Order: sequence, then structure tokens, then C-alpha cells
Amino acid sequence: MSGKVRSLIMQAVIGGGLLAGGQMIGHGASADTTINALFMSQAAYSESDVRAMTADFEKANPGIKVNAEFVPYEGLHDKTTLAQGAGSGYDVVLFDVIWPAEFAENKVLVDVTDKITPEMQKGVLPGAWTTVEYKGHRYGMPWILDTKYLFYNTEILKKAGIAHPPKTWAELEKQAEIIKEKKLVEFPIVWSWAQAEAAICDYTTLVAAYGGKFLDDSGKPAFQTDGGVDALKYMVETTDKGLTNPHSKEYLEEDVRRVFSSGDAAFALNWTYMYNMANGDPKESKIVGKVGVVPAPGIEGKSKASAVNGSMGLGITSTSKHPDEAWKYIVFMTSQKVQNKYAKLSLPIWASSYSDPAVTKGQESLVAAAKQSLGIMFPRPTTPTYQQLSTQLQQAIHTALLKSASPADALQTAADAAGGGL
Amino acid sequence: MSLRSWLLLAPLLALMTFIIGWPLAKTVAVSFTDAKLLGGDVHWLGLANFQRVLAAPAFYEVVWTTIRFVLISVGAEFLLGLLAALLLDQKFHGRGIVRALMILPWALPTVVNATMWRLIYNPDFGAFNALFTQVGLIDAYRSWLGEPGSALYAICLADVWKNFPLVALIALAALQSVPRELRAAAVIDGAGPWSRFRAVILPYLIGPLTVAVVLRIIEAFKVFDIIWVMTRGGPANSTKTISILVYQQAFSFQQAGLGGSIALIMVLISALLIAGYVTILRKQGELK
Amino acid sequence: MERQNPWLSFFVHLCALLLALFLLTPILWMLIMSVSTTNDLTTIPLRWMPRHIDFHRYVELLTVAENSAGEAFLASMRNSLAVATMATLGALLVAIPGAWSVSRSPGRQRLALYAVVATYMLPPVALVVPLYFALAALGALNSVFSLAVVYLSILAPFTTWLLKSSFDNIPQEIELAAMIDGARLDQIWRRITLPLAGPALATGGLFAFLLAWDEFFYALLFTADQRAKTLPVAIADLAGGRVSDYGLIATAGVLAAVPPVLIGFFLQKSLIAGLTTGGVKG
Repeated sequence: MSGKVRSLIMQAVIGGGLLAGGQMIGHGASADTTINALFMSQAAYSESDVRAMTADFEKANPGIKVNAEFVPYEGLHDKTTLAQGAGSGYDVVLFDVIWPAEFAENKVLVDVTDKITPEMQKGVLPGAWTTVEYKGHRYGMPWILDTKYLFYNTEILKKAGIAHPPKTWAELEKQAEIIKEKKLVEFPIVWSWAQAEAAICDYTTLVAAYGGKFLDDSGKPAFQTDGGVDALKYMVETTDKGLTNPHSKEYLEEDVRRVFSSGDAAFALNWTYMYNMANGDPKESKIVGKVGVVPAPGIEGKSKASAVNGSMGLGITSTSKHPDEAWKYIVFMTSQKVQNKYAKLSLPIWASSYSDPAVTKGQESLVAAAKQSLGIMFPRPTTPTYQQLSTQLQQAIHTALLKSASPADALQTAADAAGGGL
Repeated sequence: MSLRSWLLLAPLLALMTFIIGWPLAKTVAVSFTDAKLLGGDVHWLGLANFQRVLAAPAFYEVVWTTIRFVLISVGAEFLLGLLAALLLDQKFHGRGIVRALMILPWALPTVVNATMWRLIYNPDFGAFNALFTQVGLIDAYRSWLGEPGSALYAICLADVWKNFPLVALIALAALQSVPRELRAAAVIDGAGPWSRFRAVILPYLIGPLTVAVVLRIIEAFKVFDIIWVMTRGGPANSTKTISILVYQQAFSFQQAGLGGSIALIMVLISALLIAGYVTILRKQGELK
Repeated sequence: MERQNPWLSFFVHLCALLLALFLLTPILWMLIMSVSTTNDLTTIPLRWMPRHIDFHRYVELLTVAENSAGEAFLASMRNSLAVATMATLGALLVAIPGAWSVSRSPGRQRLALYAVVATYMLPPVALVVPLYFALAALGALNSVFSLAVVYLSILAPFTTWLLKSSFDNIPQEIELAAMIDGARLDQIWRRITLPLAGPALATGGLFAFLLAWDEFFYALLFTADQRAKTLPVAIADLAGGRVSDYGLIATAGVLAAVPPVLIGFFLQKSLIAGLTTGGVKG
């Protein structure tokens, strides 16, 4: 059906007469190809960064126009699936590391395994590829290579007489106790534990440290045992002791950045982007030059450090009518040149960038932390029903933090509900 | 004559059939299947979706949260609205200004209202904590939307602030329809304020107020936007209402069939509310 | 009139002052946030009065530059305007004949109207999945036009109800007399009914506009980008958590509230009349 016929039908539906139609999604008749891309509004790459990259792409590729659209992370998944039903929604979508399973099973994304050249294959960090893989196939290019690091306020640590940032979670707890006792800040640690995916990322970091598992080999829930329970216990314990900012239950990453950048926390778990914003931007931060960053700690005897795979990729939707132009755009956006240019916000996926002084200059400690963290990124479970599982886990975390149930019971409930229930 | 009047009514009825009747019928059909949002094979499940919903304790928690939201919000809107109307019925300096101010919350878009209160409740930089700490009502900053004990109440306050003016304005209009002579006569008869209110004013108030309250109950029962913007149902699902649950099942989890069955159960409950509303309208008709 | 006891008068004024404060304070705070600098807003203890008045966010949101926040915001404002206008006109278009028909021929038509009004109480979640499928099949998602059509499901019953009450108040005799003189129905409407119902039409239209301006749920699900995204969705996106310029969120809220608040004040008189006749009388 052509756009015209469609809009005629729609007008008939409302009894005709309303001539304001024609706003239907038509198929562009002009010579230019327009592709639509869905991104998330976040601090890094920020909306204006992505728009600037896109403008560069358009300059280099006359004839292709890109409409970039931004939604908050919380809306990204639903927007992608909803647009899928539209048949002519987005051509390029940003997707989180946890979605390829679902998107591949439901044929949301195009399998691009064959499009990946040997140079890409060799040049991109092996860990980064896991972001876009499901059952041996690749559904896009990794774009934001990210994990959560432990940030600390060097001034507060110095005042507390702490010489080194913690290497284990137990050590972190001890240092936080010292800082609290000395009344340097009221709540030394701040996290993003709102009932959202952000809480799962922090939880996963701890699960990784405690050597836990989300699913066993047969795909059944295993987070209600061993490391999974210990991780949640740690979250509850630091909250009870007043070491964790109690408002963490309401925080997303940007709230964490605000609190930490205001100097109201000694430690924070957050993504790469916070480093340069908190350490280098006086408009955004009251603690410029006082930010330290190390890999998230480990657990003695179990792990040396911990990290969650929080990477994201760019893929082509199966409804795209311009997959070739879309791929061209993705290749450009994920290219080493573009990634190096914006490396202050997000570290590149390209292995050789990490020895490029232009990339590492001014953020040596971040790059040092990244070298360790990126190698040990722990995945969240790969399952087509990830959204349900994550929702159950978020609820379990909150139930335990609010003392409505013990960590073990709360996680057991989530494990029981996985698959059935609501 | 009759044919013409049906013809004139036809566009409205046709429209309603297309955008309400048909989707509703389709929701019924979908709710008996395992239809997914993104397509794929659809299988007939019979009553399995309904059984699954009704067997889940989580469903009853969500229903209870919705009912609590309705009772608290509408109850407070009723009380505050009535008191504000009685106040605005008095003579005082600046009455016109206060009455005009009542329009502000009512006209503010719901999403703007929700966003505004979210900023006010911000645990670190929000005005609520700052104000209450500075006047000494609380001794430490609290996470109003982050604690299940307070999140629902905090949302209710935002909802009440926006909606009580509507109840108040309706009640005020009713109050001002009380004939002056009647009030004067009651004063001359020496009736006390309470008996004057009950005997003279209440009969004029009760009709419009019931309708306003029933309409608010029906609206509140459907609540989605204010909660979506303020908490998305958290913390620990303490503000998750039925509409949020349906959204989550149908659109986040893509279980269109299951979501449809929950929506249908919600429609049944709404139908009861509507039946109640119609009964009230009927009774009013009889009173006239 | 009873004589005013001075204590009572004082009490009444005190209550009125409290009420006014309760109504105003949240909005005042939103206004202050919109002109405060980020550093002032994130100071503890809170700085109530900003050190600098800073209007840059208004400039930012109201300036169109390619690929900017202002472009996105203004696009959503334009979409809201387009959707609300189309939906309002559409609603009036079906509501006028429908309401007149029911008003002039009470019978089964009245029952049909009750059925239509009852749908106003249906939760949108009960309709949204099939509507989504249908719009997807027609390729009509993410369009202001489709969104306006969907909004008719809310606006049409509402306006029909309001208009019927006002048509009821127009004496049938005038219309009958004209009819005897040989006037056609369209002439009667144009010369008699619609002019007499003019104020009610305006009120009904503005109410419908406000309802459409306010709607969030359908817009959230049926729109995707600048081509159709409406203001409430844009603001919810802004407040979604990953943008933490609280002042910018407040600014967007203030700007989005301006049109409906102006309409609200304009409607002040007819508001109460509209609410009581439309909502109360059967």
C-alpha cells in the first residue's frame, strides 16, 4: 500500500474531511536516502556528541541523511520493540549487551556476521565482540565499551588517612567506616539502585566479585545460591551500617554523578563517562582534580577485581529498507577515528587505541583501570526473557534492601517466579 | 425523522466502533492466546492466561496498590475540595485571586505536574527535604520516592494537589446555586452552623459532589502517567498499579496475550464502577 | 447576611492564605529552578533564591538550530499543537451532529449516547494492544494524524456529552419555526443552532484541546521521534533520569504549561458552568 492509500483509509476512518493527514511515514521520494537511528539520551556520548558525529558522517557521505532520535535508557528497549511493529521505524538502533538474545530470537536485528571484515575482526578487542553475539552470530558492532569502575574522592581519602583505594569489597567497607566515623561525609558510598537496570549492573559487579552465577548450565536460575546471595547481603549490610547512601534506592547513574560530583560521597560505582565530567569539568563538578578511579574491587580468595559488561552496540533492524546505508553509518560511528576523537567520554573498542597517546593523555588512571576491568567483564544472563528476569531481580534487590525479606528469601522468590508468575 | 437522526449519529457511532469497539473485542480475543507483541505463532490458550493472573500473588498486590491509590487520592481530593469550596464560598479579600489560582494545578499538564513533584521530592536537592528540614519537621533528608512506606503517599500528594481544585470548583458551583433566601431563612430560624449545613446546603451539594467523586474514582483507577513519570512502579513495586502492570507485560515483556487478559480483568472492575455511576445518575434523575 | 465575627474573618483569611500558598508554592519553585544555575540547585542546604537569574535554558529550548535540544523541544510542541488541534476539530465534527441528533430525538439514540459516554471510563490499556497492531499494519505509527484519530476515542464522547447539554437548552420551537418556513437542516444549524450554542462549542473545543494536550499513554506508545512525539512524552524523556540538568527539566515543564494555563484562565468562568452542566446533569 502506498502512503497515499493509507492516509486515505485513515481519513475515511474518521469520517473524512480532516485534510491534515499526509503526516504518515511515507517512503522518501527525494534522491537522498534518509535513515532513522535510535540512541539514548545520556551524558556520554551525549546527544550533542552523537549529533556531531552524525553531521560528520553526513558530510562524508552526501546523499545519506540521518535522523537521530534520543530516548532515556529506560525507554530504549521498549521503543525498539514498539518501532519494530511499525514496520518502518528505525534503521539503526543502539542496543544493550543484554538484548541480542531477545532481539535475535524475535528477528528484531539483522545478522551481520558476514559484513564484518577481517580488519574489524582483528582490530576490535575480543571482549567487545561479546556485546553483539548470540549463539555464534553477530547482530551489530560494539560501540560503547563500558563497565562500572570504583571512583573515589582523593581529598576525602587523604583526610581520612587512607593511603590506597580499596582492593577488596571488605576493604572498601572498612575505609567507608573510617570516613563515616571521622564525619567527612555522612554516607561514604553511593550507588545506582533504583528499581531499574542500573541496580542489576551494580548487583552483577558484586556477583562477579563473589564468584556467583546467574544461571546454571541448564539455564535455570542460580543467583539464589552462593555468590548471588553474598552479593545482595553486601548491599544490605552496607546500607544497614549507614555506609551506603540510603537514597541509592532511588538513584540512577546521573544521580550518583551529582552526589559524587558535589563532594557528598567518598566512593561511587559508575560508568566510564563520570571520570572526565567529575574530574575535569568545573561547571559540572565541585571536585575537579580530586577524582580517582580503579577497577571495582574483588573478594579475597575469589577475585582480584570485578566488572560488569555494560557495553552497547549498534545494529540494523530487520525492517530497515536501507540496510546498506545503515551499515555504512554504523561502520562510521564505530570507526577507530571517531572513537578516538571522543575517547574522553567513552573508551574505544579498538585494541590499538589504548597505546595511542592522543587517547590516553589526561586520563591515564582511567585507561589503567580499563585495561584491567575490560578484560574481566562479567555478563548478565543471556536469555530471550531477560527483561522478565531482570524485573524479578530488581524487585528482589529492593525487597531485601527494604528488609521485607532476607537476601536469600528474596532471591529465592525471584528464582521461583522466573518463567511463571507475573 | 428517526432515520435522519440516526444518520446524524452515524459518524460518531462508526468512529466509536472503529477506535473503541473493535479494539476492545480484539483485546478479548487476544487475551485467550499467547500472542506476542512482535508477531510469531499464536496459540489458543483458553483460560490459561486468566488462571495465571488470578493465581499470582503479585496481581493482588498490584490491585491493592491501585485501590489504595484511589482511596487515598480521591478521599483527600474530596475532603480538601469540599473545604476549599466552603472557604471560597465565604466573603474575603482576594477571593477572586484565590479562585483564579485554583485553575493553575488543574490546567497544568499531568506529566508536567509529575515531573515537578519529582524535582520537589529529589532526596538531595529537592525543595521538600530542604523546607521540612529548615522548619524542623524532619531531622534528616529522606528519600520520599525511594521508600515503599512513603512513595505511594508522595505520589498521592502530587495527584491531590492537581485534582482537588476540580472537586472544589464543582462543589463551589453547587454551593452558589443554594438560594440566598434559603440560607437567610435558616439563620433566622436559629439553626446552628452544622444543622444549617446539613439541612440547607448539603442537599444541593450531594449530587454534584458524588458525580465528581465517582468520575475521579474512575480516572484514578486507570492511573498511569503520574506513576510512570515519578517512580515507574518502584520501589519494590510499592507503586505499581494495574495499568503499569499491563504496560509491563504487554510492551516490556511483549506478552500481548497475558497483558490483554489483565487489561480485561481491569475492564470488568471498571464495569462495576461504571454500573455504580449509572445507578447514581439514575437516582439523581429520580430525585429531580 | 450574617454579620462577620472578626475572629471568624481572621480565620477565613488565614485559611485563604494557606490555600493560596499551597496552590502557588510548587509552581513558584519550578519557576525558580528554571532560572537557577546548576550549582545553585545542587547546594546543600538548598539556596532558595538563586544568586544569578539565568534565562539561558529558555533561550536553549526556544532556539531552533539543526540537531539541538531546542529543535527537538519545539518539534514536540508543534506536534502537540497539531495533534490537539486535529483531534479537537475531528471531535467537534462528529460530536455536533451526534449531540444534536440525541438532543432532538430522545429515544434509542439516547441509549446509544450512554454507551458512547460509558466508553470514556474504559482504561486505555484495554484498547492499546489492538490499536497498536492496527496502526502498525497500516504503517501509521509515529504519525500525528493517527495519534489524533486515536485521541478521538477520548475527545468525541466527552464533547458530544457537553454539546448535548447545551443543545438541550436551545428551545426547539425556534428551530421548528424555521423548519416550517422551509429552511433546510444545514441552514437551521448555520443560522440558529450553532450561533446559539457558540459559547458551548468554544468551551467544549477548548476542553477537548486541553485533554489532548495532556494525554500521555497513547503518545508514549504510538510515537517514536520528532515527527510525532508530543510534549508530555518529550518531557518524560527529559526527566527520565539520564539527564540531570534539573533546571532544564523545569524549564520544559514551565513552557509546556503555558498554553493550557492560559486556556484555563480564559475558561475560568465557563469552566464551572461547563463542568456542572456537562458532568452533572443527565
